[in-house]
Amino acid sequence: MALSTVLETPVAGFDFENAARNAALEGLLEKGQAPKPLKTGTTIAGVVFKDGVVLGADTRATSSEVVADKMCAKIHYIAPNIYCCGAGTAADTEKTTDLLSSNLTIFSLNSGRNPRVVMAINILQDMLYRYKGHIGANLILGGVDCTGNHLYTVGPYGSVNKVPYLSMGSGDLAALGILEDRFKSDMQLEEAKDLVRDAIHAGIMCDLGSGNNIDICLTRRKGNTSTVQAQHQF
Amino acid sequence: MEKHYADSQTKGVSTGTTILAVTFDGGVIIGSDSRASIGGEYVSSKTINKLIQLHDQIFCCIAGSLADAQAITKAAKFHLSFHSVQMENPPLVMAAASVLKELCYKNKEELQAGFITAGWDRKKGPQVYVVSLGGMLISQPFTIAGSGSTFIYGYTDAKYKPNMTREECQQFAINALTLAMGRDNVSGGVVHLVVITEKGVEHVVVPGDKLPKFHDE
Repeated sequence: MALSTVLETPVAGFDFENAARNAALEGLLEKGQAPKPLKTGTTIAGVVFKDGVVLGADTRATSSEVVADKMCAKIHYIAPNIYCCGAGTAADTEKTTDLLSSNLTIFSLNSGRNPRVVMAINILQDMLYRYKGHIGANLILGGVDCTGNHLYTVGPYGSVNKVPYLSMGSGDLAALGILEDRFKSDMQLEEAKDLVRDAIHAGIMCDLGSGNNIDICLTRRKGNTSTVQAQHQF
Repeated sequence: MEKHYADSQTKGVSTGTTILAVTFDGGVIIGSDSRASIGGEYVSSKTINKLIQLHDQIFCCIAGSLADAQAITKAAKFHLSFHSVQMENPPLVMAAASVLKELCYKNKEELQAGFITAGWDRKKGPQVYVVSLGGMLISQPFTIAGSGSTFIYGYTDAKYKPNMTREECQQFAINALTLAMGRDNVSGGVVHLVVITEKGVEHVVVPGDKLPKFHDE
């Protein structure tokens, strides 16, 4: 163990040291159950439209019945042209997307090329598969690159699916109802933004774990990426 | 996502599927449904691609855990590509099936995926191989696999003829997949077919409303 005043780089690989501690704790605690990690209890959605990809997310983070954070940011920056929404264990989605973003930045600097969405997906898939589902990250990754507009989902076990529209999180079924009803290919920008906003709205209304505001993020071909926060009206 | 995950054999997204491959006179047809499920009760995708291209004229279809199958086919694609560069020749279908078998057999404790490999090569023409869960590899003139295959063993055994024409074979495959999708809850969606011949590869997609209707529908 290093001194707390000395910064030490972490050893590579997954450290299961705490598994033994958790097992011992479970024996000591009254109910015999280790404390549950913070989950975002979320609604996230993404839609591919004519000029790019729209991603949306609610902003509530819950710790059992209490709202721990009313303005939690669930849309993570990966690259100037790629953004990612995360559902599942808050810490896992945060760290995984951070790691991905750092790797892609280094790649960009080394190669002089803009990262492609497929590359981000391959890196995510390799990493999540390697950890066999222990990293509880359900991600929707969307972006535009020289090959087109792409939207992918990555599951915690490392399965990947490429889709034109998608929702994830505890509010996914409510949002999916809206998306299934109104999605069309090659929509215009305003239509796509409205669709995502309404899908997240359905998730907020029909799921206890989602709420507060709606974050919308556009990645567009011609313009710059913009992250917009829509104030949700009740 | 815990509410979707009930007590199920496969962790995460499962392809819970119907897949088949059939040789005909001059080629082979490989086909699958397009449903992916979680926990045997939630359809996570209606349009998943289960026909993976391993090489120019070699395809495989996947069954079991989607994550495991995608990881294995990624590794297999690389191995095959490297092998064909070294040999300066397109790989044999047997080679593709063997690569999948090695991966499945050597890692059988951790993996939950099965494959049907089908393709055309210059040495033996059209061939079908099946690699099951534990890593057994056998060659057959036609084969069916996946959870939905149990419902069509009778149909395929009765209706298969060696050396069919391409049209007969296509209809045989579509009928078999439709019957399986009709009875198996974790198979469904559209029918994906790939026809592989000496000349090349052709994709056929049959959407739900164009599938043949049988007596009780």
